[in-house]
Amino acid sequence: MTTAAAARTLPKPPFLNYQFGRAYDEMFERPGMPRRHYQALYRTLLESPPEELRKNQQAADLSFLHQGITFTVYGNGEGTERIFPNDLLPRIIPGREWRKVEAGLTQRITALNLFLKDIYHEGRILSARVVPRELVYSCRHFRREMCGLNVPRDAYVSVCGTDLVRLPDGSFAVLEDNLRVPSGVSYMLANRKVLKRVFPTLFRDYGVCSVDHYAQGLLSTLLSLAPANCPDPAEAAIVLLTPGVFNSAYFEHTFLAQQMGIELVEGRDLLVHDNVVYTRTTAGLRRVDIIYRRVDDDFVDSLCFRADSGLGVPGLFNAYRAGNVTLANAIGTGVADDKAIFAFVPAMISYYLGEEPILPNVKTYLLSETSDRAYVLDHLAELVVKAVGESGGYGMLIGPHSTTEQQEEFRCRILAEPRNYIAQPTLALSQAPCYLDGEVEARHVDLRPYILYGENITLVPGALTRVALRRGSLVVNSSQGGGSKDTWVLRE
Amino acid sequence: MLSRVAECLYWMSRYLERAEHTARLIDVDLQLGLDQSPLAGSERSRRLFEALQVPQRLIGRLDSVSITHTLTLNRANPSSIFCCVAAARDNLGHVRDQCSSKMWESLNCLYLQTHDVPQTESSVLQSHEFFQSVRDGGYLFQGITDSTMTHGEGWHYIQLGRFIERMESIAALVGAYFEGLSQPPDQTIDGAEYLEWVGLLKSCDAFEAYCKAYSAELRPQRVAEFLLLTREFPHSLRFSAEMIHTALRLAAKLTKRNAELPVRLSGRLRATLSLTPIAEIMAKGVQDYLNTVRKQCGQAHAAVNQIYFNYPVESLVAA
Repeated sequence: MTTAAAARTLPKPPFLNYQFGRAYDEMFERPGMPRRHYQALYRTLLESPPEELRKNQQAADLSFLHQGITFTVYGNGEGTERIFPNDLLPRIIPGREWRKVEAGLTQRITALNLFLKDIYHEGRILSARVVPRELVYSCRHFRREMCGLNVPRDAYVSVCGTDLVRLPDGSFAVLEDNLRVPSGVSYMLANRKVLKRVFPTLFRDYGVCSVDHYAQGLLSTLLSLAPANCPDPAEAAIVLLTPGVFNSAYFEHTFLAQQMGIELVEGRDLLVHDNVVYTRTTAGLRRVDIIYRRVDDDFVDSLCFRADSGLGVPGLFNAYRAGNVTLANAIGTGVADDKAIFAFVPAMISYYLGEEPILPNVKTYLLSETSDRAYVLDHLAELVVKAVGESGGYGMLIGPHSTTEQQEEFRCRILAEPRNYIAQPTLALSQAPCYLDGEVEARHVDLRPYILYGENITLVPGALTRVALRRGSLVVNSSQGGGSKDTWVLRE
Repeated sequence: MLSRVAECLYWMSRYLERAEHTARLIDVDLQLGLDQSPLAGSERSRRLFEALQVPQRLIGRLDSVSITHTLTLNRANPSSIFCCVAAARDNLGHVRDQCSSKMWESLNCLYLQTHDVPQTESSVLQSHEFFQSVRDGGYLFQGITDSTMTHGEGWHYIQLGRFIERMESIAALVGAYFEGLSQPPDQTIDGAEYLEWVGLLKSCDAFEAYCKAYSAELRPQRVAEFLLLTREFPHSLRFSAEMIHTALRLAAKLTKRNAELPVRLSGRLRATLSLTPIAEIMAKGVQDYLNTVRKQCGQAHAAVNQIYFNYPVESLVAA
């Protein structure tokens, strides 16, 4: 090796603690050699005085705190407000990579909506034995009440957040779909706002696609879903239904309502009379046509679902059935993001669209299948086991990071209820540079783009990149010590 | 506007006005105490508690320091300054998307200030600064509200809350002073009583304004006339009635509601205050008059609640 080449590969500040593993590195092709689309950022980091970056990070944190971009952490008595940790360095995705993600996700949501329509009507895919019937009917999120019911434009899932990971070979794969009430999009927008302030020149020179039109895209998606009996579809009244101020995503609800210019309502602001939904306003009752609901299925209507729910509106489901109001997302979409059904999404794509899946799934073992189960029970120490109905990083066993007792506990749970669990290989999520305490270090990240499905399918060129801020951690959920960073999708 | 949102804005405003009023009264009381006013401490406390409508069961049991604590920092007393500020913030927090971010910031700051006062520190309760900061916080919030929020429907509910609360509390305060009055009301007050009546005016931020109108010579009848019937002074009952009536007229117009009842009731309240001569009030008794005013004010509040906030749904869906 020549001295010049050796000098190039020696880490320079602030990269002294930057470590490489078997995971794909978003920034470096190999140590000391940034990928083409990361070169400008790399140079900026080498050249910026350390105190400038530190000041920028402080300014960014303060800006989140002042805007009240916080979430509530429960546990130890009362809920406390914390800012959602934001990392200063953008995650950069070249345009050609993004185009493949976009095509793959468009294909995926199309198939998922066809699947939901099918299982709540004829069930062709079940008769054809492509997806096992018992898997669908045993799913906790399957809603019998939805059978035979038509939803506007067959849009069951109109807002979707799909989690992608990058495998060691650099290709993207789908880790899971969030088809019920996906959240986090406000952080995508807030991160962007802050980074534009922190790196204005870099941002301009990179040619980053804008994400600022997300709220407008969401609004027109919702508007295109007017219910069958809407008196005036062009002037349909839309509201955002929030569980209330104690929900951890309440900031996002107020933010989106404000950005779209629609009313933010709680269950107690709504009432149903003669199967029509109204808001109680100071000017009397006002008819509501479309509800963007951020309340889970179980809680939307105490007459139909959980009777102890005070968050929803009694009678709402009947109004929905009568075609007098649209709920977005529809009721019962959770069946399609059940982690066991997830394994069949590539099969759905082939069945409904006659296409090959553009984005592969992460390999998933179904513990209800005898052969899969035997394999998984033999390899608990290497795999990740997840409960099918859980989300937010709860109810998981991460094999390599677990104790023998934990593995035994999961073995018992799996044998007791095999349908309730799936297993996946422990993924080496790709790593990206993060600014931590004056140094740039590598941390594992995933990617959550948001897909809107109404009259058109819309993907804003951007996403929430979630970061596992603890060194070596693979869990990116905000409830488990995760943070986020801005995602720059380049025009070229 | 959602009824819930309107109601939150209304109560936010009432709670904040109450906190400000309580802080002003206690502050003035502390200063009177410093001047060693010869009026027995117990008599002044009686008047303060009556003006603040402190329940009798509290007064009997406690000494004056612990009563001040009850009125100021006690988290179990829903009328304490701390609880009023917390309730105001809580109400605004539920409708944060409806107010300007400056408004939230300023109310949040005031809350944090009162929250950080150590519970056990009784010296705080003897200091002018704490009460001054609550008063200033109130003024600041009002200024920010008026200059950063659209003067639309929501703003009118804020106005309504502020002035209904103000009317209630000033009527109670004036009543408490006249109850203990031993001299003819049209005679100059001097001697020991003088400072006490300056205290009344200061409790309404009215001493300087009164002096400009009548000079520093105090007569109960003039004080009453000033605090009850002055059209231009923001802490007078009549001014409050004008504001209440205006807010209700505009709210009815903006909601296009056939909301006759609140407008009619607030119109009558306004007439009571603008058409009755002071001589007549004195002749029939100030207490009677104040009771009438408070009753009419309460009726206006009830009508607002019934028409805008918590209306029976049956009446509307049947139509």
